[in-house]
Amino acid sequence: MLKINDLRVALKEEDKQILKGVNLEVGAGEVHAVMGPNGSGKSTLSYVLSGKGGYQVTSGNATLEGADILDLEPEERAAAGLFLAFQYPVEIPGVGNMTFLRTAVNAQRKSRGEPELSAAEFLKEVRAKAKSLKIDAEMLKRPVNVGFSGGEKKRNEILQMAMLEPKMCILDETDSGLDVDAMKLVAEGVNALRSDGRSFLVITHYQRLLDHIKPDVVHIMAGGKIIKTGGPDLALEVETNGYADLLAEVA
Amino acid sequence: MAIVQAKYDSAEALIAANPAPGGVKWAIQAQAAAQARLREMGAPHRRDEYWKYTNPARLVAEIAQPAALFKADEERPFAEVDRLRLVFRDGVFDPEDSDPLELAGVEIEPLADVLQKDIHWAAMHYGQLEANGQNPVPRPMAALNTACANTGFVIRVTGKAAKPVSMVYLHRNETSDITIRHLIRLEEGTDFTLLENGPAAARLNKVMEVDIADGATFNHVRAQGRDHERQAATHMFARLGKESSFKSFTLTINGVLTRNEAVIEFTGDDAHATVAGACAGDGDFLHDDTVFITHDAVNCESRQVFKKVLRNGATGVFQGKILVQPGAQRTDGYQISQALLLDDDSTFLAKPELEIYADDVACSHGSTCGAIDETALFYLTSRGIPRTQAQDMLTLAFLGEAIDEIEDDAIADDIHARLEGWMERRHG
Repeated sequence: MLKINDLRVALKEEDKQILKGVNLEVGAGEVHAVMGPNGSGKSTLSYVLSGKGGYQVTSGNATLEGADILDLEPEERAAAGLFLAFQYPVEIPGVGNMTFLRTAVNAQRKSRGEPELSAAEFLKEVRAKAKSLKIDAEMLKRPVNVGFSGGEKKRNEILQMAMLEPKMCILDETDSGLDVDAMKLVAEGVNALRSDGRSFLVITHYQRLLDHIKPDVVHIMAGGKIIKTGGPDLALEVETNGYADLLAEVA
Repeated sequence: MAIVQAKYDSAEALIAANPAPGGVKWAIQAQAAAQARLREMGAPHRRDEYWKYTNPARLVAEIAQPAALFKADEERPFAEVDRLRLVFRDGVFDPEDSDPLELAGVEIEPLADVLQKDIHWAAMHYGQLEANGQNPVPRPMAALNTACANTGFVIRVTGKAAKPVSMVYLHRNETSDITIRHLIRLEEGTDFTLLENGPAAARLNKVMEVDIADGATFNHVRAQGRDHERQAATHMFARLGKESSFKSFTLTINGVLTRNEAVIEFTGDDAHATVAGACAGDGDFLHDDTVFITHDAVNCESRQVFKKVLRNGATGVFQGKILVQPGAQRTDGYQISQALLLDDDSTFLAKPELEIYADDVACSHGSTCGAIDETALFYLTSRGIPRTQAQDMLTLAFLGEAIDEIEDDAIADDIHARLEGWMERRHG
């Protein structure tokens, strides 16, 4: 599904290398977790994959189902099936949540040559999906993320994911700022979307989220590289011992 | 000295080129007084403090620059609104194309007729708010308007108007250079909505005086015409009585030069005024909002909300003043002017002013100028929305905050839809 090959990335503004040769392969239907200490480049990886400006790819590549994505615009990557659940979802005053969702769904359908959803079809679908995430009609009417609590924002990200039905979902610290109940709700939303044709890259600091979203593979990232890859047990090891041992091991 | 003399010479030229239409005694007196005011203050000049951002040369030039007619490919504004429609062609009222001048709760008469009659209330009010509004900042184009206007309507609201009055200003002649004048008086406790749309002419000088008695409500929404080369100097003078309400919104898209002045005075306690504007300028475009609000009563609230989207070298100007007179306690004044610059070639010039002589007052003002929010843009595009469409969404959302000031939701939706259509067509 997603294949990252020796990806090296620097900040455009300052000559600072953030990713220093990342290699990663997520197969179809798999859930991979990326863990790592602050500043290891986890969020940068998610931004670079989804096409945020300000980064310079200095070498390497990333492909989605075999096609290179790094030269595509963010909207083209989205249409190709990539989705990023933001660590800090952006507030957009003046744009209604519902309008935003419908515009996004139809823009993607259009670019894939599929017919746009009618207002009625869309409404029916969004209501059903919102209900399972405990998102009420009021939240759908409000401007995008404006005045949403931390938990509401994250649930809104998962709703977008559910509506857009991407193939490759990247969750950037979706657990940050969530209490236990909210995390469960978000995890249930993610688990409901798991399928053979859909893969996940779950970026997190803590093992907690991985109790709810069970990964197939766990990667530890540090200093802009994947330093260790293992099974779910690796996450438990980090939870018990911290990153220090792993970092020492590599050094 | 040379500049000063030029102002007076220019005023004389304007008076000579725009003779007073005359009428009965009060009309002649009002026109003569306005000519005298104009002579005293001189014509506007770019060296004047309130014209330093907007060069008035083209507004006072002897011959108006022609403006090509805009081929509208869309429904005109307010088409869905149940309204009394009054149509002007290049400043001339067209009764054939208009609804009859009959509306429950409202008396409407053409200005040209009123100038020939001894109507006590009209004689009392005509030119009064304009004359009062000349201090401390002179507004020579408005004085010129009083001196020469012969077209427009005199409206007296005596109850709750059965429906809005809608003035439609058609532009049919590329060289038309016109003056329009409305006088509106809302009697106590009445309610009236005025809609205006259209470019009116190649060059327009328009003044509206609105005298709002105690407890009356006035709503105003206008969409200035889309003809690219049109020029306009418009003034709105309003006086607010006790517990009255005034709300005005203006949409401006295109037009090479537009100067919209609003001069508002609170004379009765517990009143509310909102002046709002959304403008979108592309290319050779200068749009100037100049607002002066005087609080001379207790517990009044004023809001100024101006939003401008500019690109390809367009210029936006905002000059907004709140003057709180001694004793105008518990005044609540709010002012925001914001520009969204879609490229590096566009300019926004803002001059907010507060002058406060009372101590129990809350006045806030803010002015911002910036590019489109890249973080928001990335968020939208990462969901699959193409960049241009995402930009349009953010631009509309930005202007939407001014549109939200419109009282009537259906009319606000109409304005919103027009902007949306404008953006879609722009991409062809």
